[in-house]
Amino acid sequence: MWYFDSPHVVFGEEALSHLAQLQGRQAFVVTDKNMVRLGLAALVVQQLDQAGLAHAIFDEVEPEPSLQMVQRCAEVMRHSQPDWIIGLGGGSCLDAAKAAWLLYENPEADPAGVNPFDAYTLRAKARLIAIPTTSGTGSEATWYAVLTDMAEHRKVGIGTRGMLPDYAIVDPVMVMSLPPSSTADTGLDSLTQAIESYNSTWRNDFSDALCLHAVRLIFEYLPRTYANGADLEAREHMHNASAISGIGFGNSQAALAHAMGHALGVLFHVPHGRTVALFLPYTIEFTVKGGNSRYADIARVLELPAVDERMGAAGLVQAVRELEKKVNQPLSVQELKISREAYSRALPELVTRAESDTQIATQPRVPDSSELKRLFEYAYEGRSIDF
Amino acid sequence: MGIRFATDEWVKALKDELNKSEGYRDSAKTWEGDFYWIITGMPGEDKEVHLYVDLWHGECRDAFRTSDPTVKTPEFVIEAAYPVWRKVVDKKLDPIQGMVTRQLKLKGNMLKIMKAPKAATELVHCATLVDTAWPG
Repeated sequence: MWYFDSPHVVFGEEALSHLAQLQGRQAFVVTDKNMVRLGLAALVVQQLDQAGLAHAIFDEVEPEPSLQMVQRCAEVMRHSQPDWIIGLGGGSCLDAAKAAWLLYENPEADPAGVNPFDAYTLRAKARLIAIPTTSGTGSEATWYAVLTDMAEHRKVGIGTRGMLPDYAIVDPVMVMSLPPSSTADTGLDSLTQAIESYNSTWRNDFSDALCLHAVRLIFEYLPRTYANGADLEAREHMHNASAISGIGFGNSQAALAHAMGHALGVLFHVPHGRTVALFLPYTIEFTVKGGNSRYADIARVLELPAVDERMGAAGLVQAVRELEKKVNQPLSVQELKISREAYSRALPELVTRAESDTQIATQPRVPDSSELKRLFEYAYEGRSIDF
Repeated sequence: MGIRFATDEWVKALKDELNKSEGYRDSAKTWEGDFYWIITGMPGEDKEVHLYVDLWHGECRDAFRTSDPTVKTPEFVIEAAYPVWRKVVDKKLDPIQGMVTRQLKLKGNMLKIMKAPKAATELVHCATLVDTAWPG
């Protein structure tokens, strides 16, 4: 038994105008100052005005949203008493909106302890709309959020199935001004989600279909959006790919590249998408040796030679690295300008964090501590995995 | 002939497997916590079965079956019907998925469990190594 969860997805040009059809009283927009400065929050407000909804804006979301900020946001929400909550922005804003929504509805909940096993009340006070302004995190389509516990300097994954947004508004206009580096970071995050979810131990028929198509779209359209951000057709397909990958990932989970990426990201402050994509080829090389992977399927979708699983995996690794090069992403940790000394000092902590990351639970071949250490070391130097 | 599931002999065999396992020792090296595993609706049993397992820093310090659940007050209690436990031990049901779908009911600090996903995987792996006879 398992579930397949997906928000209602409103997609394509003018998808934002769905907001003008909302019925309710009060909207509460969770976003960051950048969204306000770029005028994207104003586009949302325009639609809310047409719908006749009063609105409040909380624009204090940080790049790595903290538990403390989310609690503050929920407190402001309680004063505003919205019946619609709108997360607007990248993964941080959407994750913050989800978490604050849960605290708004469940004031007694411990934000760090929100988990899929307990029952929470949601939708008694408000419903949630997620409007992504990057094409990558897929947060608009998942029921969990990644927050930072500032006290423990640790990323905390929280979630319960009810935390899934009611609507995801996937409008390409919202990503037209995304700079190339963020386009690459987030697009490769989406690719990593799709490839890992297709191989996760929680994989299933529903997520499989989504992950494979997402991979196909990302390989075709990410280089185009990177080369020309004004390419509306490519932007639209990449934005859809991100949501599709997010739904796939949300229903089958990611794996080792995410566990390693989270660890590196939090210790060295590297963007999430860049870290997970960096580790992806190494983790494919490691995983395929465990005999429980399906990289050849993905290779075939990409029309790469894949007579067997090993050949498929090798072709996929090469294709991922070529894509990463095309969008100027690092292929090794040393290319991130992290010194050997600092990295060596951090190695035990990197291993510990990756081992305790929830995403490792769905990894098809689970490394032990010494293998994880070697994976981090190989990834630093850019060496192919031979164990 | 295997060892009948959920007997005292079975849970002690699991203890032996855990204590032999490098993988479990490595992945659970920081884990501190004991459990009751409660099996309901087990064939041939007129009451629910309680298995006590004490896990500490990669070692299983104690494991036994008890007919008196008041003898211990463990940090965690996991309860499920017999067919669900069988699926977990046969690796047909991921224990975390089982908890998400409420097939396995967990009482205790969920956050602590979520921080030890690899240890949970290795623990189930050790259970698969016990030559188990399934009643019913």
